[in-house]
Amino acid sequence: MNAIATEVTPVTPRKPWKNTRATLKTATINGFFSAVLATALYTFTGLDGILGWYVSFIISVMVVMAIVSKVTGNGKSIADQVAPVVISAGFATVMIPWISLIGTVVQRGVKGIYTGFFTHDMLVNSMDEPLNVGGISHAIIGTLIIVGIATIIAAPLGIIAALYIVEINGKAARFVRFLTQAMSGVPSIVAGLFIYSTVIITVTHKNNAFAGSLALAILMLPTVARTSEEVLKVVPREIRDASYALGATQVRTTLRVVLPTVRSGLITATILGVARVAGETAPLLLTSQYFVRFTTNMFNSTMASLPTYVFGALRTGTENSLARAWSASLVLIAIVVFLSVIARLLGGRSTGRK
Amino acid sequence: MLDSWTSDAPAKLFGVSDIGVTPRQLKVSRGTSDKVFRGFILAGALFSLIVLALISGFLMYRGFGIFKDFGFSFFTSSKWEAAADDGSAPAHFGVAAMLVGSFVVSVIAVAIAVPFAMAVSLFLEYYAPYSLRYVLTTILDLVASIPSVIWGIWGYTILMPHAVGWSKTLNHWLGWFPLFDVPAPIFERSPFIAGMLLAMMILPIVTSVAREVYSQAPRDQIDAAYGLGSSKWGAMRTVVLPFGKSGLIGGTMLGLGRALGETVAVYLVLNLVFKVNFHILASVGGNVASLIASRFGEASPYELKALMAAGLVLFFMTLIVNFIATTIVNRSKVPS
Repeated sequence: MNAIATEVTPVTPRKPWKNTRATLKTATINGFFSAVLATALYTFTGLDGILGWYVSFIISVMVVMAIVSKVTGNGKSIADQVAPVVISAGFATVMIPWISLIGTVVQRGVKGIYTGFFTHDMLVNSMDEPLNVGGISHAIIGTLIIVGIATIIAAPLGIIAALYIVEINGKAARFVRFLTQAMSGVPSIVAGLFIYSTVIITVTHKNNAFAGSLALAILMLPTVARTSEEVLKVVPREIRDASYALGATQVRTTLRVVLPTVRSGLITATILGVARVAGETAPLLLTSQYFVRFTTNMFNSTMASLPTYVFGALRTGTENSLARAWSASLVLIAIVVFLSVIARLLGGRSTGRK
Repeated sequence: MLDSWTSDAPAKLFGVSDIGVTPRQLKVSRGTSDKVFRGFILAGALFSLIVLALISGFLMYRGFGIFKDFGFSFFTSSKWEAAADDGSAPAHFGVAAMLVGSFVVSVIAVAIAVPFAMAVSLFLEYYAPYSLRYVLTTILDLVASIPSVIWGIWGYTILMPHAVGWSKTLNHWLGWFPLFDVPAPIFERSPFIAGMLLAMMILPIVTSVAREVYSQAPRDQIDAAYGLGSSKWGAMRTVVLPFGKSGLIGGTMLGLGRALGETVAVYLVLNLVFKVNFHILASVGGNVASLIASRFGEASPYELKALMAAGLVLFFMTLIVNFIATTIVNRSKVPS
């Protein structure tokens, strides 16, 4: 069979979503006029600094876009022209404090970091001393211990709550979900106050690190429960049915089929819970408080932690102590961000993306 | 899972009941191990109920004396004074100023955060280039995990000097309006600054709720809007924003709940003064949480009881706000 001979002229597909030369040209011209107007605004009004120029630039862009749409009359209303500018500018504005915060913590925190900072404690040094003595080893280890114990308490309970909602799905499932949501709204200081009024006043009669762990566990449980619930929901129904069809009981199905399937997801949930409470300050101020040296005594002694170290250094209020606060903040933020990144890498698409 | 076997859905599906045949009901009988397992899981799941009950119970028990001694004036008085050591002046505790302060600061935070949260979520869902969305969302999630004490130290050292300048400008131009008036020209550590800082802290949570509901806006309606010649903003305005309205309100309430309970950041950037104050630029304010944090250290046993009572008030306040929020959010979600 011979194909019918026809002249095939290659057709380049059109790409209407691509920016054409004309739109780029318009954008450049608009940007230029906006910059001119912004500089004028900046010079003749009281705005100053980079932020001042930024604000005047955004106003200028909106004005220029509005004028352009009025003059050229290209069928779009002023609102259509200005809305994307407002939305993008809103996002850009929100990022300013983030960049400032991270930048400041890194810039000021790096100054106080030396190797001894991670190996020394504050037993023989005061907050006010120069930055080349003393360190935060006790605070780092304290945070690890307090948060670790909190995790041992809260993670299983959170996962059990999620198991009840998804696996058992009994009559109280909605009620349990409601309870965990209500618990996620408990203010951190109230959790601390509660543990103080129960554990410390009634049982131990003095501040201790274990009470701090309990307070953090209250705050951690809802995060673990909610994330675990999302994770468990992803398990396909078919593999449960297959397990039941083979005659497995529900307990075997849950323990041998469902939980191993979502192991990494549950680890993600736990890490997110840890990241949620690692920086909590208020409950620890009321419970585990601060101690100048490293201790493993959970029940009879107060214990340092990074957030309370930062807080204590801030309250001392001298130049050196403030520098210490920034350095400890840098370590704290590095730990929390590291944990969050790990959690997202482990969780991958199932939790990170829609 | 197993419970659905007992339903008569298959019978209806095949129209069996129409011909007068009643399907056999399957009864699930569970073994002992399953019964024990289900009981164990239920007990664990109800742990949060126990904790919530214990929190209200214990704070009530500790603070009961205060409610009895001061009655309703605990809520209406703004005087917070410990008893004098020589017994010349009795103690008096009232949280009116702190309650008002909590709401002033939180409302400022919400008023600033919500418009930005709308812009951010619309940007992330509909305007940002595809390649950037995942990165920007991840950054937003990481920002959500920045500890509040670090927001506090940044707010105190970096934000405050700037914000004092903005406060002065606001006061200069709008000072005739009571809200922006100040009795004394001190602008540091004002509710305005604390509210701004809280706005940055609650933005991620409001955004995540808003983004979720905006992303569920019906695609066919958006396409229909485009088909009728609407611009992108037209589609946002007529389809996405109305669709996400109740979800946004829920997210706002959730943010309000967070802002009400925030302690350390507010403690660092707000001047704690026991006086009801609506001049948001003045250096006078406070909230219940930072009251507890600041007085806790040197409180006498009696004052400690008053702090427990204040904690109970805060707990119920946030519980109610959160309850309303989750109800609205859950109702606005499309069942999946």
